[in-house]
Amino acid sequence: MPRHCAALLAALVMGGCATPSQDLIVLLPDKEGKVGTVIVKNPKGNTVLNTAYATAQTTSDGGVQRSTASQNEVQNVFSSALAAQPPRPISFTLYFESGTDEFTEQSKQEVKRLLAEMARRQAPDITAIGHTDLVGPDPSNDALSLQRAERVKSILVGMGIPAERILTAGRGRREPLIPTADGVTEPRNRRVEISVR
Amino acid sequence: MLSTRLIVIRRLFLACACAIAPIAAWANDIGQFKVAKGAVHLERGGQRLPARVGTHLQATDTVVTGADGAAGITFIDNSLLSVGPNSVLAIERYAFNSTTHEGEFESSLRKGTLSVVSGKIAKQSPDAMKVKTPSSILGVRGTEFLVRTND
Repeated sequence: MPRHCAALLAALVMGGCATPSQDLIVLLPDKEGKVGTVIVKNPKGNTVLNTAYATAQTTSDGGVQRSTASQNEVQNVFSSALAAQPPRPISFTLYFESGTDEFTEQSKQEVKRLLAEMARRQAPDITAIGHTDLVGPDPSNDALSLQRAERVKSILVGMGIPAERILTAGRGRREPLIPTADGVTEPRNRRVEISVR
Repeated sequence: MLSTRLIVIRRLFLACACAIAPIAAWANDIGQFKVAKGAVHLERGGQRLPARVGTHLQATDTVVTGADGAAGITFIDNSLLSVGPNSVLAIERYAFNSTTHEGEFESSLRKGTLSVVSGKIAKQSPDAMKVKTPSSILGVRGTEFLVRTND
C-alpha cells in the first residue's frame, strides 16, 4: 500500500463521520506513449497532472495529494473499467477518380479493408468525413466536403451498410492531409475519411 | 468472399437494429454502447432502460452498472468512456459540431470507476471536456486517464 493510501486510511479512521468523497485520478500515457494533461480543480485550488501515472487523490480535509501510481496499482483498481474500453476508432481514406463517382483502384481495396474492420467490430458505426484542398473560402468548401461525404455514404449504403449506421460530416479545408499554401490545388486533400467506431 | 462478409455484416446490423429499435431516436444520439457486461442499465427521463451492445446514448442519460457490470461507450467525436462495476456515470452535456469540432462534453462520475480516452472535442478546445466527481472538476486537455470515486 503506498504511503498516501495509508495516510488516507488513517485520516478516514480518525476523521470519523462526514468525510467528503475520496476521489482518485490517474493520468495514463496513450498508445504512442504520449501523455496529456488533466487539471483537477476543487475549492482548495488546481492540481495539474501531466506526467505518466501521476495521481491526484482528494483528502478528507478537501485537499489534494499528489503521487505516482505503479501499473500494478492501476490494474488493481481499474482492471474492469480498462477491460471494458471499446476498441479504438480506425480511419480509412478514400479518393474518387477525378470528375467521377468511382473510387480509385487503391480506394476500392481500402473499402474492402473497411468492410472487414466493420465485420470485426460489435455494433459498428461510422462517420464519413469529407475534406477539400485549400482552394476557396470556408463556406463553399464546407458544402463541397459534405457533398463528398454524402456521395460516399450512398455508395456504402449500396454495399449493404444501413444508412442509420453512417453519420456524415464536412470538415471543409480545416484538416488538409498535405499542408499547402492557400489556393493550391492538391488532389490528395480532396478525400473522404471514414472513421470506424 | 466479399458477399459472405456483407451478409454477415447485414445480419449483425439487423440484430442490433432490432435490439435498439424501442428506444432509438437517431437525431439525438451521441454515442453507443460497444461493450456491456453483467448488469448495465440507462436512466433516461426517470425511466430505467436496459443497455446492451448497440444501445444508443443521448445527452443527459445516466449509465449505471451493478456489482458484476462494466460498460464501454464510443461517442460521435470518438471519445471513449468505460466504467467498471458499481458505477454511476451521468452524461450532463454533450454537443459536437462535426465541421468545426467545437463542442462540450460534461459528465459526472457519481461513484465507481471510469476510464477516459478523450476525442475530437477535447482536442479542438481545451476545457470543452470536463469530468466531475463529488469533490472536484477535471479539466481535460487530453487524452487518457482514470477516475475512481468512493461514494
